[in-house]
Amino acid sequence: MSVETLLASKEVIVVTGSGGVGKTSVAAALGASAAARMSSKVLVLTVDPARRLATALGLESFGNVEKRVPAKLFDDAGVEPVGELWIAMLDTKASWDDLIADHAPDEATRESILANKLYRNITGRFVQSHDYIAMERLHEIHTSGRYDLVIVDTPPTRNALDFLDAPDRMADFFSSRLLRWLIAPARSRLVNAAAKPFTMVADRLLGARFLTDIGEFFLLFQTLYDGFVERATSVKRTLADSRTSFVVVTTPEPGPASEARFLLSALAERDLQVGAIVANRLLPEVFSTRGAATSAKKLRSGVDSLAATIMPSQPEVTAGVLREIADRFDDFRLLAAQGDAVLQELPRNGAPVVGVPYLETEIVDLAGVLELGDRLWDVPD
Amino acid sequence: MIDFFEHRLLFVTGKGGVGKTSISAALALLAARHGKRVLVGDLDGRGDLAMAFESPELKFDATKVSDRVWAMSMDTEAAMREYIKLNLKIPLVGSVGPVAAAFDFLASAAPGVREILTMGKYAHEVRERHYDLVIVDATASGHIIGHLAAPDALRELVSVGPVIDQVKRMNDVFHNPKTTGVVMVATPEEMPVTETIELRDRLESETSLERAGLVINRVLPELFSQPEEVIFAGFTTPKKLRVLRDHAGETVDAVLAGASFASSLRRSRTMHIERLFEEFAGDTVAVVPQLFVRSEGLRVTKLLATALGEELGTQ
Repeated sequence: MSVETLLASKEVIVVTGSGGVGKTSVAAALGASAAARMSSKVLVLTVDPARRLATALGLESFGNVEKRVPAKLFDDAGVEPVGELWIAMLDTKASWDDLIADHAPDEATRESILANKLYRNITGRFVQSHDYIAMERLHEIHTSGRYDLVIVDTPPTRNALDFLDAPDRMADFFSSRLLRWLIAPARSRLVNAAAKPFTMVADRLLGARFLTDIGEFFLLFQTLYDGFVERATSVKRTLADSRTSFVVVTTPEPGPASEARFLLSALAERDLQVGAIVANRLLPEVFSTRGAATSAKKLRSGVDSLAATIMPSQPEVTAGVLREIADRFDDFRLLAAQGDAVLQELPRNGAPVVGVPYLETEIVDLAGVLELGDRLWDVPD
Repeated sequence: MIDFFEHRLLFVTGKGGVGKTSISAALALLAARHGKRVLVGDLDGRGDLAMAFESPELKFDATKVSDRVWAMSMDTEAAMREYIKLNLKIPLVGSVGPVAAAFDFLASAAPGVREILTMGKYAHEVRERHYDLVIVDATASGHIIGHLAAPDALRELVSVGPVIDQVKRMNDVFHNPKTTGVVMVATPEEMPVTETIELRDRLESETSLERAGLVINRVLPELFSQPEEVIFAGFTTPKKLRVLRDHAGETVDAVLAGASFASSLRRSRTMHIERLFEEFAGDTVAVVPQLFVRSEGLRVTKLLATALGEELGTQ
């Protein structure tokens, strides 16, 4: 399936890969291309955009609220978009607050939860909550039907797959027997023999006071359990749906590529579809030109006479330049060859590999985003 | 400014993909060359350091990977068991299963517990003086604040109890700038540089840890001086190009194009290096060159250690 078919046929695209490989740019480029070429309303949901990318999309700041990329920017880029491009950033805390507001049975419960200091800490500071809320938000937007296509850039998790398992973990957590024990009155806790190892660990580790606080918090939260578990299950269904596809982004470096390899096999294991593998920041093809290595070698071998022929006035400096050219070529040729080898070792999961060359200039405007989109788009099956 | 290795604990952090793990391993080798006994470990339990040392899979119990260097990989459950054994003086008997489940549950329910246990392990190693230096290959930028701020965050939630005693002991280690420092790693590209600056600001405002310095990784070599640049530009004139092609074959064009690419890449990165030097004026800054070598592994780690040593003047 080509990228064009992918963008035309799917409703959710999850862009994933190791940190620093350009996931956010790829997500933005896919979204901008889709909006430019198809009569679709497209949302790019990004986790943590570089300020420059935000500016490139005409938005000084964007938060949890979805914003439309101004049509003027497409004009400036010389493109008349057929569809609409919208963008939003995942604000973990605001998203949690929205979720609580949606699920709380009454205003009093909502206010008590929002004011609880444990709640504020969990949502604001601790990383695990990030993964879950990203998937939750994706699901909410998708089911709202506000967009034809939602492209989400995944959070930089400790493990690139944590976000996939987040709905399950959330469901497990809320249906856990231990949670029921924790919110039970202190007296009945002591007599519950089944929870004994837990009691010991929890008590010794955290102390009774903290346990009571946690218990009170989750007691408050209890009213939301059913909704949460149900939600987590449907978030999972969205990810596995045939209308959802994953795009794995990597660079030719060993670290990101091994992360991509791991991701691809984990996605296959879970029967999740991979729509494309993007190999970003490839070195230019000149470094793999046949015969060029021999040319570099020849430059070096007769360097003194060659330098004297080209620049009789400065033979020594010229010889230095020629040597430098040949050496640098060999250095980069080695990197390019390594990159090729690394990419060839990737499992494909039946998806096309789309190569994107190293861009010497960084993306500063929508034209740049669209240019990256073109490179992703124009790839044969 | 305190020398990197006068610290007893270093957290190495930066944006994903900038080479934190290689730099952590190289710092460990370098410190060992200076006679220090070093423990190097990760926070995320992925064991990526094994590749840098070409060692077998790393576990929670440290493995000797080189002269005077031990490496480990974090395992939160093992950390909890060790913590309970050492601090609470109760033996953990019975099957692992229920305890592991209980732990997983607790770590999800009680914010900061996971972080306290993993960070606590390294603080413990520092306190016990099993090693002269402990180096932590910390997680990517976004998460490191959560980890480093966890002790303080927990103090807001809990006022008494064993966890708070642990937090106090940890903070004694972390908040002493002579003991603990954060080494930031960046590559000279737009996003890593911007994130490094943002992370530095957040470290200052949200944690009580001091910076030890900055490592600028994968810096490309300067290709040409100004006069050399002029000579190189002249190579594209038809006459000179003819001579070059006659000598080295038509494919010399690709070699020249490659040099132009390398040169413009280097140029575009210079401004990012300058920005880092400006932002980190007054800090210890080490510039580490891009290494053009076949594969990652111990050999590369050793080369990086040598490069770092030259920069830090500790060679």
